[in-house]
Amino acid sequence: MSLETMIRTMSAGMGKTCGIFFLTLLFSLPLGVLVALGRMSKNVLLRNVIKVYISIMRGTPLMLQLLVVYFGPYYLFGMSIRGYRFTAVILGFVINYAAYFAEIFRAGISSIPVGQYEAANVLGYSRIQCFLRIILPQVIKHILPAVTNEVITLVKDTSLAFTLAYQEVFSLAKQISASQTSFMPFVIAGVFYYIFNALVAYAMSFCEKKLSYYR
Amino acid sequence: MNILKIQHCQKRFGSLEVLKDISLNVEESQVVSIIGPSGSGKSTLLRCATLLETMDSGEMYYMDDCAVKNDENGRASYASAAQLRKIRRKFGLVFQNFNLFPHYSVLKNVMEAPILVQGRNAEEVRAEAMALLEKMGLKDKADAYPFQLSGGQQQRVSIARALAMNPKILFFDEPTSALDPELTGEILKVIRDLAAEKMTMVIVTHEMLFARDVSDSVIFMDGGVIVEQGKPSDVISNPTQERTIQFLRRFQQ
Repeated sequence: MSLETMIRTMSAGMGKTCGIFFLTLLFSLPLGVLVALGRMSKNVLLRNVIKVYISIMRGTPLMLQLLVVYFGPYYLFGMSIRGYRFTAVILGFVINYAAYFAEIFRAGISSIPVGQYEAANVLGYSRIQCFLRIILPQVIKHILPAVTNEVITLVKDTSLAFTLAYQEVFSLAKQISASQTSFMPFVIAGVFYYIFNALVAYAMSFCEKKLSYYR
Repeated sequence: MNILKIQHCQKRFGSLEVLKDISLNVEESQVVSIIGPSGSGKSTLLRCATLLETMDSGEMYYMDDCAVKNDENGRASYASAAQLRKIRRKFGLVFQNFNLFPHYSVLKNVMEAPILVQGRNAEEVRAEAMALLEKMGLKDKADAYPFQLSGGQQQRVSIARALAMNPKILFFDEPTSALDPELTGEILKVIRDLAAEKMTMVIVTHEMLFARDVSDSVIFMDGGVIVEQGKPSDVISNPTQERTIQFLRRFQQ
Protein backbone atom coordinates (compact mmCIF):
# COMPACT_ATOMS: atom_id res chain seq x y z
CA MET A 1 0.00 0.00 0.00
CA SER A 2 1.43 3.37 -0.95
CA LEU A 3 1.88 6.14 1.61
CA GLU A 4 -0.65 8.21 -0.28
CA THR A 5 -3.30 5.47 -0.05
CA MET A 6 -2.62 5.11 3.65
CA ILE A 7 -3.03 8.79 4.24
CA ARG A 8 -6.21 8.90 2.16
CA THR A 9 -7.75 5.91 3.97
CA MET A 10 -6.82 7.30 7.35
CA SER A 11 -8.16 10.75 6.48
CA ALA A 12 -11.57 9.15 6.19
CA GLY A 13 -11.04 7.80 9.72
CA MET A 14 -10.02 11.26 10.84
CA GLY A 15 -13.44 12.48 9.68
CA LYS A 16 -15.04 9.97 12.05
CA THR A 17 -12.68 11.01 14.86
CA CYS A 18 -13.81 14.61 14.32
CA GLY A 19 -17.40 13.39 14.44
CA ILE A 20 -16.90 11.80 17.86
CA PHE A 21 -15.07 14.89 19.06
CA PHE A 22 -17.63 17.49 18.03
CA LEU A 23 -20.72 15.48 18.95
CA THR A 24 -19.25 14.70 22.37
CA LEU A 25 -18.62 18.38 23.04
CA LEU A 26 -22.00 19.39 21.66
CA PHE A 27 -23.83 17.18 24.15
CA SER A 28 -21.47 16.91 27.11
CA LEU A 29 -20.91 20.63 27.66
CA PRO A 30 -24.61 21.54 28.18
CA LEU A 31 -25.19 18.27 30.02
CA GLY A 32 -22.21 19.13 32.23
CA VAL A 33 -23.88 22.42 33.22
CA LEU A 34 -27.06 20.55 34.19
CA VAL A 35 -25.09 17.91 36.11
CA ALA A 36 -23.16 20.66 37.95
CA LEU A 37 -26.43 22.34 38.93
CA GLY A 38 -27.79 18.98 40.10
CA ARG A 39 -24.61 18.37 42.06
CA MET A 40 -25.14 21.74 43.79
CA SER A 41 -28.89 21.32 44.20
CA LYS A 42 -30.61 21.70 47.57
CA ASN A 43 -32.41 18.42 46.87
CA VAL A 44 -30.43 15.83 48.85
CA LEU A 45 -31.57 12.86 46.76
CA LEU A 46 -30.69 14.49 43.43
CA ARG A 47 -27.37 15.71 44.81
CA ASN A 48 -26.39 12.25 46.02
CA VAL A 49 -27.47 10.50 42.82
CA ILE A 50 -25.30 12.93 40.87
CA LYS A 51 -22.42 12.38 43.29
CA VAL A 52 -22.55 8.62 42.71
CA TYR A 53 -22.77 9.10 38.93
CA ILE A 54 -19.73 11.41 38.91
CA SER A 55 -17.75 9.09 41.16
CA ILE A 56 -18.44 6.10 38.86
CA MET A 57 -17.53 8.07 35.74
CA ARG A 58 -14.29 9.24 37.31
CA GLY A 59 -13.49 6.02 39.11
CA THR A 60 -13.70 3.52 36.23
CA PRO A 61 -11.85 3.39 32.91
CA LEU A 62 -13.49 5.11 29.96
CA MET A 63 -12.73 1.98 27.91
CA LEU A 64 -14.78 -0.12 30.32
CA GLN A 65 -17.62 2.42 30.25
CA LEU A 66 -17.72 2.26 26.45
CA LEU A 67 -17.96 -1.53 26.56
CA VAL A 68 -20.76 -1.41 29.14
CA VAL A 69 -22.70 1.17 27.16
CA TYR A 70 -22.36 -0.88 23.95
CA PHE A 71 -22.86 -4.42 25.21
CA GLY A 72 -24.91 -3.64 28.34
CA PRO A 73 -28.28 -3.48 26.54
CA TYR A 74 -27.69 -6.95 25.05
CA TYR A 75 -26.37 -8.69 28.17
CA LEU A 76 -28.72 -6.98 30.63
CA PHE A 77 -31.93 -6.76 28.62
CA GLY A 78 -31.39 -9.05 25.63
CA MET A 79 -31.86 -6.12 23.27
CA SER A 80 -30.47 -6.16 19.75
CA ILE A 81 -27.46 -3.90 19.39
CA ARG A 82 -27.34 -3.92 15.60
CA GLY A 83 -26.77 -0.40 14.23
CA TYR A 84 -26.13 0.85 17.77
CA ARG A 85 -22.34 1.13 17.52
CA PHE A 86 -22.00 4.83 16.70
CA THR A 87 -24.71 5.86 19.18
CA ALA A 88 -22.93 3.83 21.87
CA VAL A 89 -19.61 5.54 21.14
CA ILE A 90 -21.15 9.01 21.44
CA LEU A 91 -23.25 8.07 24.47
CA GLY A 92 -20.23 6.60 26.26
CA PHE A 93 -18.10 9.66 25.64
CA VAL A 94 -20.89 12.11 26.50
CA ILE A 95 -21.75 10.62 29.89
CA ASN A 96 -18.07 10.39 30.81
CA TYR A 97 -17.11 13.89 29.72
CA ALA A 98 -20.26 15.48 31.15
CA ALA A 99 -19.14 14.23 34.59
CA TYR A 100 -15.70 15.80 34.23
CA PHE A 101 -17.08 19.04 32.80
CA ALA A 102 -19.65 19.16 35.61
CA GLU A 103 -16.89 19.22 38.23
CA ILE A 104 -15.12 22.00 36.35
CA PHE A 105 -18.37 23.98 36.09
CA ARG A 106 -19.08 23.42 39.76
CA ALA A 107 -15.71 24.88 40.72
CA GLY A 108 -16.37 27.80 38.36
CA ILE A 109 -19.83 28.48 39.72
CA SER A 110 -18.59 28.38 43.34
CA SER A 111 -15.92 30.93 42.49
CA ILE A 112 -18.44 33.66 41.62
CA PRO A 113 -18.93 36.02 44.58
CA VAL A 114 -22.34 35.89 46.25
CA GLY A 115 -22.62 39.66 45.70
CA GLN A 116 -23.22 39.04 42.00
CA TYR A 117 -26.33 37.01 42.81
CA GLU A 118 -27.48 39.60 45.32
CA ALA A 119 -27.03 42.51 42.91
CA ALA A 120 -29.03 40.67 40.23
CA ASN A 121 -31.67 39.68 42.77
CA VAL A 122 -32.19 43.25 43.98
CA LEU A 123 -32.42 44.46 40.38
CA GLY A 124 -35.23 41.98 39.83
CA TYR A 125 -33.50 39.38 37.63
CA SER A 126 -35.18 35.99 37.80
CA ARG A 127 -32.99 33.08 38.86
CA ILE A 128 -32.67 31.89 35.27
CA GLN A 129 -31.86 35.37 33.95
CA CYS A 130 -29.29 35.78 36.69
CA PHE A 131 -27.64 32.46 35.89
CA LEU A 132 -27.59 32.83 32.11
CA ARG A 133 -26.64 36.50 31.91
CA ILE A 134 -24.59 37.23 35.00
CA ILE A 135 -23.14 34.00 36.36
CA LEU A 136 -22.51 31.70 33.38
CA PRO A 137 -20.54 34.20 31.24
CA GLN A 138 -18.19 34.81 34.16
CA VAL A 139 -17.94 31.10 34.89
CA ILE A 140 -16.92 30.39 31.30
CA LYS A 141 -14.08 32.86 31.51
CA HIS A 142 -12.83 31.36 34.79
CA ILE A 143 -12.91 27.75 33.65
CA LEU A 144 -11.62 28.07 30.09
CA PRO A 145 -8.06 26.87 30.91
CA ALA A 146 -9.42 23.79 32.71
CA VAL A 147 -11.84 23.08 29.86
CA THR A 148 -8.99 23.35 27.34
CA ASN A 149 -7.22 20.57 29.20
CA GLU A 150 -10.28 18.33 29.05
CA VAL A 151 -10.89 19.07 25.37
CA ILE A 152 -7.32 18.17 24.46
CA THR A 153 -7.66 14.95 26.42
CA LEU A 154 -10.87 14.24 24.52
CA VAL A 155 -9.05 14.45 21.17
CA LYS A 156 -6.72 11.69 22.32
CA ASP A 157 -9.46 9.69 24.07
CA THR A 158 -11.45 9.39 20.82
CA SER A 159 -8.95 6.63 19.98
CA LEU A 160 -10.68 4.48 22.62
CA ALA A 161 -13.58 4.09 20.20
CA PHE A 162 -11.47 1.30 18.67
CA THR A 163 -12.68 -0.92 21.55
CA LEU A 164 -16.12 -0.88 19.92
CA ALA A 165 -14.52 -1.51 16.49
CA TYR A 166 -15.59 1.90 15.33
CA GLN A 167 -13.52 2.80 12.26
CA GLU A 168 -11.94 6.02 13.47
CA VAL A 169 -8.35 6.91 12.76
CA PHE A 170 -6.72 4.79 15.47
CA SER A 171 -8.68 1.62 14.55
CA LEU A 172 -7.66 2.11 10.94
CA ALA A 173 -4.04 2.67 11.92
CA LYS A 174 -4.00 -0.64 13.83
CA GLN A 175 -5.66 -2.52 10.98
CA ILE A 176 -3.47 -1.11 8.23
CA SER A 177 -0.36 -1.62 10.32
CA ALA A 178 -1.26 -5.27 10.88
CA SER A 179 -2.16 -5.99 7.27
CA GLN A 180 0.80 -4.13 5.76
CA THR A 181 3.29 -4.99 8.51
CA SER A 182 4.19 -1.31 8.55
CA PHE A 183 4.91 1.14 11.33
CA MET A 184 3.91 4.06 9.12
CA PRO A 185 0.16 4.15 9.99
CA PHE A 186 1.00 4.88 13.65
CA VAL A 187 3.23 7.75 12.64
CA ILE A 188 0.48 9.14 10.43
CA ALA A 189 -2.08 8.77 13.23
CA GLY A 190 0.28 10.55 15.63
CA VAL A 191 0.71 13.43 13.22
CA PHE A 192 -3.05 13.66 12.72
CA TYR A 193 -3.72 13.82 16.46
CA TYR A 194 -0.96 16.33 16.98
CA ILE A 195 -2.25 18.67 14.28
CA PHE A 196 -5.80 18.33 15.56
CA ASN A 197 -4.69 19.29 19.06
CA ALA A 198 -2.61 22.18 17.79
CA LEU A 199 -5.77 23.54 16.16
CA VAL A 200 -7.78 22.95 19.34
CA ALA A 201 -5.17 24.74 21.46
CA TYR A 202 -5.15 27.63 19.01
CA ALA A 203 -8.95 27.90 19.02
CA MET A 204 -9.10 27.80 22.81
CA SER A 205 -6.44 30.45 23.25
CA PHE A 206 -8.38 32.57 20.76
CA CYS A 207 -11.45 32.22 22.99
CA GLU A 208 -9.40 33.13 26.07
CA LYS A 209 -8.17 36.27 24.34
CA LYS A 210 -11.72 37.12 23.31
CA LEU A 211 -12.78 36.97 26.96
CA SER A 212 -9.83 38.93 28.30
CA TYR A 213 -11.59 42.27 27.75
CA TYR A 214 -12.50 42.30 31.44
CA ARG A 215 -11.08 41.12 34.73
CA MET B 1 -46.64 59.28 52.39
CA ASN B 2 -45.18 56.21 54.03
CA ILE B 3 -42.73 54.47 51.67
CA LEU B 4 -41.44 51.74 53.96
CA LYS B 5 -42.92 50.41 57.14
CA ILE B 6 -41.27 47.65 59.15
CA GLN B 7 -42.86 46.46 62.36
CA HIS B 8 -41.54 44.18 65.06
CA CYS B 9 -38.89 42.64 62.83
CA GLN B 10 -37.06 39.75 64.47
CA LYS B 11 -34.22 37.76 63.01
CA ARG B 12 -31.92 35.15 64.45
CA PHE B 13 -28.99 33.23 63.02
CA GLY B 14 -29.04 30.00 64.98
CA SER B 15 -28.87 30.97 68.64
CA LEU B 16 -27.74 34.53 67.90
CA GLU B 17 -30.57 37.04 67.97
CA VAL B 18 -29.48 39.65 65.42
CA LEU B 19 -32.63 41.76 65.30
CA LYS B 20 -34.89 42.04 68.35
CA ASP B 21 -38.18 43.70 67.61
CA ILE B 22 -37.14 46.45 65.23
CA SER B 23 -39.70 48.90 63.88
CA LEU B 24 -38.92 51.50 61.28
CA ASN B 25 -40.90 54.01 59.24
CA VAL B 26 -39.57 55.87 56.26
CA GLU B 27 -41.62 58.70 54.81
CA GLU B 28 -41.37 59.98 51.27
CA SER B 29 -38.31 62.24 50.70
CA GLN B 30 -36.94 61.31 54.09
CA VAL B 31 -33.28 60.46 54.57
CA VAL B 32 -32.71 58.01 57.41
CA SER B 33 -29.23 57.09 58.57
CA ILE B 34 -28.55 53.99 60.60
CA ILE B 35 -25.40 54.07 62.71
CA GLY B 36 -23.98 51.71 65.26
CA PRO B 37 -21.08 49.37 66.00
CA SER B 38 -20.23 46.38 63.82
CA GLY B 39 -22.49 43.44 64.58
CA SER B 40 -25.28 45.68 65.82
CA GLY B 41 -27.63 44.29 63.16
CA LYS B 42 -27.87 47.33 60.92
CA SER B 43 -26.73 45.55 57.77
CA THR B 44 -29.02 42.63 58.55
CA LEU B 45 -31.91 45.05 58.89
CA LEU B 46 -31.08 46.47 55.47
CA ARG B 47 -30.83 42.98 54.02
CA CYS B 48 -34.23 42.09 55.44
CA ALA B 49 -35.68 45.28 53.99
CA THR B 50 -34.26 44.46 50.54
CA LEU B 51 -35.46 40.84 50.69
CA LEU B 52 -31.92 39.44 50.62
CA GLU B 53 -32.59 37.98 54.05
CA THR B 54 -35.88 36.71 55.42
CA MET B 55 -37.06 37.89 58.81
CA ASP B 56 -38.33 35.32 61.32
CA SER B 57 -41.26 37.41 62.40
CA GLY B 58 -42.57 40.87 61.79
CA GLU B 59 -44.30 42.87 59.12
CA MET B 60 -43.06 44.91 56.21
CA TYR B 61 -44.93 47.15 53.80
CA TYR B 62 -43.73 49.11 50.79
CA MET B 63 -46.35 51.82 50.38
CA ASP B 64 -49.56 49.79 50.28
CA ASP B 65 -47.98 46.51 49.31
CA CYS B 66 -47.45 43.95 52.01
CA ALA B 67 -44.16 42.05 51.65
CA VAL B 68 -44.43 40.06 54.83
CA LYS B 69 -46.72 39.72 57.81
CA ASN B 70 -47.11 37.31 60.67
CA ASP B 71 -49.24 34.21 60.35
CA GLU B 72 -51.40 32.98 63.24
CA ASN B 73 -48.32 31.39 64.89
CA GLY B 74 -46.49 34.71 64.87
CA ARG B 75 -44.06 33.61 62.17
CA ALA B 76 -43.21 35.77 59.21
CA SER B 77 -45.19 34.77 56.13
CA TYR B 78 -43.96 36.25 52.88
CA ALA B 79 -46.16 37.40 50.01
CA SER B 80 -46.36 35.52 46.70
CA ALA B 81 -43.40 35.55 44.32
CA ALA B 82 -45.32 37.84 41.96
CA GLN B 83 -46.07 40.32 44.74
CA LEU B 84 -42.41 40.30 45.85
CA ARG B 85 -41.32 40.92 42.25
CA LYS B 86 -43.60 43.94 42.21
CA ILE B 87 -42.16 45.12 45.52
CA ARG B 88 -38.55 44.72 44.33
CA ARG B 89 -39.25 47.38 41.71
CA LYS B 90 -39.86 49.91 44.45
CA PHE B 91 -36.42 49.85 46.01
CA GLY B 92 -32.78 49.93 44.99
CA LEU B 93 -29.69 48.91 46.93
CA VAL B 94 -26.13 50.17 46.76
CA PHE B 95 -23.63 47.67 48.15
CA GLN B 96 -20.47 48.21 50.12
CA ASN B 97 -18.41 46.41 47.44
CA PHE B 98 -20.37 47.79 44.49
CA ASN B 99 -21.10 44.36 42.99
CA LEU B 100 -21.01 45.65 39.45
CA PHE B 101 -21.20 43.05 36.70
CA PRO B 102 -17.56 42.82 35.55
CA HIS B 103 -18.33 41.42 32.10
CA TYR B 104 -20.60 44.36 31.20
CA SER B 105 -19.55 47.84 30.18
CA VAL B 106 -20.57 50.68 32.48
CA LEU B 107 -23.48 51.55 30.20
CA LYS B 108 -24.72 47.97 30.02
CA ASN B 109 -24.49 47.64 33.80
CA VAL B 110 -26.92 50.56 34.03
CA MET B 111 -29.13 49.66 31.07
CA GLU B 112 -29.73 45.94 31.30
CA ALA B 113 -32.13 45.66 34.22
CA PRO B 114 -34.59 48.37 33.07
CA ILE B 115 -34.78 46.68 29.65
CA LEU B 116 -34.74 43.08 30.82
CA VAL B 117 -36.74 43.32 34.03
CA GLN B 118 -39.01 46.29 33.42
CA GLY B 119 -39.40 45.61 29.70
CA ARG B 120 -38.75 49.21 28.80
CA ASN B 121 -37.79 50.60 25.41
CA ALA B 122 -34.04 50.29 24.82
CA GLU B 123 -33.53 53.72 23.25
CA GLU B 124 -35.42 55.45 26.01
CA VAL B 125 -33.40 53.56 28.63
CA ARG B 126 -30.14 54.41 26.87
CA ALA B 127 -30.95 58.13 26.92
CA GLU B 128 -31.87 57.94 30.59
CA ALA B 129 -28.78 55.90 31.45
CA MET B 130 -26.51 58.39 29.67
CA ALA B 131 -28.17 61.23 31.57
CA LEU B 132 -27.61 59.39 34.85
CA LEU B 133 -23.96 58.73 34.00
CA GLU B 134 -23.50 62.38 33.12
CA LYS B 135 -24.99 63.35 36.45
CA MET B 136 -22.50 61.02 38.12
CA GLY B 137 -19.66 62.61 36.14
CA LEU B 138 -19.05 59.39 34.24
CA LYS B 139 -20.29 60.19 30.75
CA ASP B 140 -16.89 59.48 29.20
CA LYS B 141 -16.71 56.12 31.01
CA ALA B 142 -19.86 54.67 29.44
CA ASP B 143 -17.88 52.15 27.37
CA ALA B 144 -15.31 51.35 30.04
CA TYR B 145 -15.42 48.14 32.08
CA PRO B 146 -15.65 48.16 35.88
CA PHE B 147 -12.04 46.96 36.38
CA GLN B 148 -10.83 50.10 34.60
CA LEU B 149 -12.51 52.40 37.14
CA SER B 150 -11.50 53.61 40.59
CA GLY B 151 -13.55 52.47 43.57
CA GLY B 152 -15.34 55.79 43.74
CA GLN B 153 -16.23 55.61 40.07
CA GLN B 154 -17.45 52.04 40.45
CA GLN B 155 -19.64 53.05 43.34
CA ARG B 156 -21.10 55.92 41.29
CA VAL B 157 -21.89 53.45 38.51
CA SER B 158 -23.65 51.24 41.00
CA ILE B 159 -25.69 54.22 42.22
CA ALA B 160 -26.60 55.00 38.60
CA ARG B 161 -27.53 51.34 38.09
CA ALA B 162 -29.89 51.49 41.07
CA LEU B 163 -31.37 54.83 40.01
CA ALA B 164 -32.04 53.58 36.47
CA MET B 165 -34.78 51.40 37.92
CA ASN B 166 -36.58 54.53 39.21
CA PRO B 167 -36.85 53.23 42.76
CA LYS B 168 -39.14 54.86 45.30
CA ILE B 169 -36.50 54.32 47.94
CA LEU B 170 -32.78 53.74 47.79
CA PHE B 171 -30.81 51.79 50.39
CA PHE B 172 -27.08 52.22 50.95
CA ASP B 173 -25.15 49.55 52.82
CA GLU B 174 -21.98 51.26 54.04
CA PRO B 175 -21.42 52.78 50.60
CA THR B 176 -18.04 54.29 51.47
CA SER B 177 -16.50 51.62 53.69
CA ALA B 178 -14.41 50.19 50.82
CA LEU B 179 -13.14 53.62 49.76
CA ASP B 180 -10.31 55.91 50.83
CA PRO B 181 -11.20 59.33 52.34
CA GLU B 182 -10.89 61.15 49.04
CA LEU B 183 -13.18 58.76 47.16
CA THR B 184 -15.54 58.72 50.14
CA GLY B 185 -16.04 62.45 49.57
CA GLU B 186 -17.09 61.78 45.96
CA ILE B 187 -19.79 59.37 47.01
CA LEU B 188 -21.06 61.47 49.90
CA LYS B 189 -21.46 64.38 47.50
CA VAL B 190 -23.55 62.23 45.17
CA ILE B 191 -25.78 61.16 48.08
CA ARG B 192 -26.09 64.77 49.24
CA ASP B 193 -27.21 65.76 45.74
CA LEU B 194 -29.80 62.98 45.76
CA ALA B 195 -31.05 64.18 49.15
CA ALA B 196 -31.40 67.68 47.73
CA GLU B 197 -33.55 66.18 44.96
CA LYS B 198 -35.79 64.64 47.63
CA MET B 199 -34.80 61.05 47.01
CA THR B 200 -36.02 58.78 49.79
CA MET B 201 -32.98 57.03 51.26
CA VAL B 202 -31.90 54.73 54.06
CA ILE B 203 -28.16 54.82 54.67
CA VAL B 204 -26.14 52.50 56.85
CA THR B 205 -22.94 54.39 57.50
CA HIS B 206 -19.97 55.02 59.76
CA GLU B 207 -19.61 58.61 58.52
CA MET B 208 -21.05 60.46 61.51
CA LEU B 209 -20.49 63.96 60.20
CA PHE B 210 -22.19 63.04 56.97
CA ALA B 211 -25.08 61.32 58.74
CA ARG B 212 -25.56 64.41 60.88
CA ASP B 213 -25.62 66.75 57.89
CA VAL B 214 -27.65 64.81 55.38
CA SER B 215 -30.26 62.93 57.43
CA ASP B 216 -33.71 63.87 58.57
CA SER B 217 -33.58 61.10 61.09
CA VAL B 218 -30.81 59.04 62.68
CA ILE B 219 -31.15 55.60 64.20
CA PHE B 220 -28.52 54.25 66.58
CA MET B 221 -28.54 50.47 66.80
CA ASP B 222 -26.70 48.18 69.15
CA GLY B 223 -27.17 44.51 69.99
CA GLY B 224 -30.09 44.13 67.62
CA VAL B 225 -32.21 46.90 69.09
CA ILE B 226 -32.78 50.56 68.28
CA VAL B 227 -31.16 52.30 71.23
CA GLU B 228 -31.97 55.82 70.22
CA GLN B 229 -33.55 57.57 67.27
CA GLY B 230 -34.57 61.05 66.29
CA LYS B 231 -33.26 64.19 64.70
CA PRO B 232 -29.52 64.15 63.94
CA SER B 233 -29.01 67.19 66.14
CA ASP B 234 -30.32 65.11 69.04
CA VAL B 235 -28.96 61.62 68.41
CA ILE B 236 -25.53 62.57 67.13
CA SER B 237 -24.90 65.91 68.77
CA ASN B 238 -26.74 65.41 72.06
CA PRO B 239 -27.32 61.71 72.67
CA THR B 240 -29.18 60.81 75.84
CA GLN B 241 -28.59 57.05 76.08
CA GLU B 242 -25.42 55.89 77.79
CA ARG B 243 -24.57 53.43 74.97
CA THR B 244 -24.96 56.12 72.31
CA ILE B 245 -22.80 58.55 74.26
CA GLN B 246 -20.15 55.86 74.63
CA PHE B 247 -20.26 54.97 70.92
CA LEU B 248 -20.06 58.58 69.82
CA ARG B 249 -17.42 59.58 72.38
CA ARG B 250 -14.58 59.40 69.91
CA PHE B 251 -16.59 61.44 67.44
CA GLN B 252 -17.59 64.06 70.01
CA GLN B 253 -14.00 64.94 70.82
